[in-house]
Amino acid sequence: MARMKFLCDAERCIECNGCVTACKQEHEVPWGVNRRRVVTINDGVIGAEKSISVACMHCSDAPCAAVCPVDCFYRTDDGVVLHDKDLCIGCGYCFYACPFGAPQFPQAGAFGLRGKMDKCTFCAGGPEIDRSEAEFKKYGRNRLAEGKLPACAEMCSTKALLGGDGDVIADIYRQRVTTRGKGSEVWGWGTAYGQGKSGAAAPAGKS
Amino acid sequence: MRARAILIAVAFAFGSSACMEVEQASTGQKQGKYQGKPDGKSWENSPLAAGAYDAKWTKGDRTSWEAQIKTRTDGQNEYKRIGQ
Repeated sequence: MARMKFLCDAERCIECNGCVTACKQEHEVPWGVNRRRVVTINDGVIGAEKSISVACMHCSDAPCAAVCPVDCFYRTDDGVVLHDKDLCIGCGYCFYACPFGAPQFPQAGAFGLRGKMDKCTFCAGGPEIDRSEAEFKKYGRNRLAEGKLPACAEMCSTKALLGGDGDVIADIYRQRVTTRGKGSEVWGWGTAYGQGKSGAAAPAGKS
Repeated sequence: MRARAILIAVAFAFGSSACMEVEQASTGQKQGKYQGKPDGKSWENSPLAAGAYDAKWTKGDRTSWEAQIKTRTDGQNEYKRIGQ
């Protein structure tokens, strides 16, 4: 089996925040913590506005795990990056290391700020007994153990956000791109920095 | 004279052995390795009660659970859902 993956189709995302709401509701995520959020670029520019839904990308070589001083991260057999909240000391290193800003820290702890880290679990719970009350309270619902997929992806009204087996996700996206004749280009350099700049020669004086 | 030198050397060896650096961590932590509790496998759970949900796999059988996940993932392909 391929690894579990998310993919957000920027041609379809309408910035409804249904994925964010579904995640908050499914896991009863506390106020101030957003395991998933929608990011929009070129906001208000007609024809250029794009949105994608972002959460933990469950990296193959996760930088959060690399910097964690207490080694509380692990990867499941399905490629989902999870962590043990009993070990987490809330230092925030993972937040600085993550390029997606996925690690979240509750603000209402005993000292008013930065409790134990919380992040997207790909709806796979954590290191507690599957589907138990303890697992739900610490990590949220374990939908994978119920044979389901992440709530955000399954709730997406336009099916912009896809989640699940990486091979199947890739097949779905490939079919979309070939059917509509565009879409693959919205990921990457051109969207982020402007068209025609990818691979351009470096400015003089820089190697 | 020689015996005294040997005695001093042996005494020094025993005496300095107490100065060796000992392991400070009492938890047996291995840096770079996951230190938390083990997590269960998704396929080791039973499907939810019949009727409540249509998930089907055999408890403990990873292959059948993966088939369930793949079927569910493919359900996001609306090209198939609308029968094209």
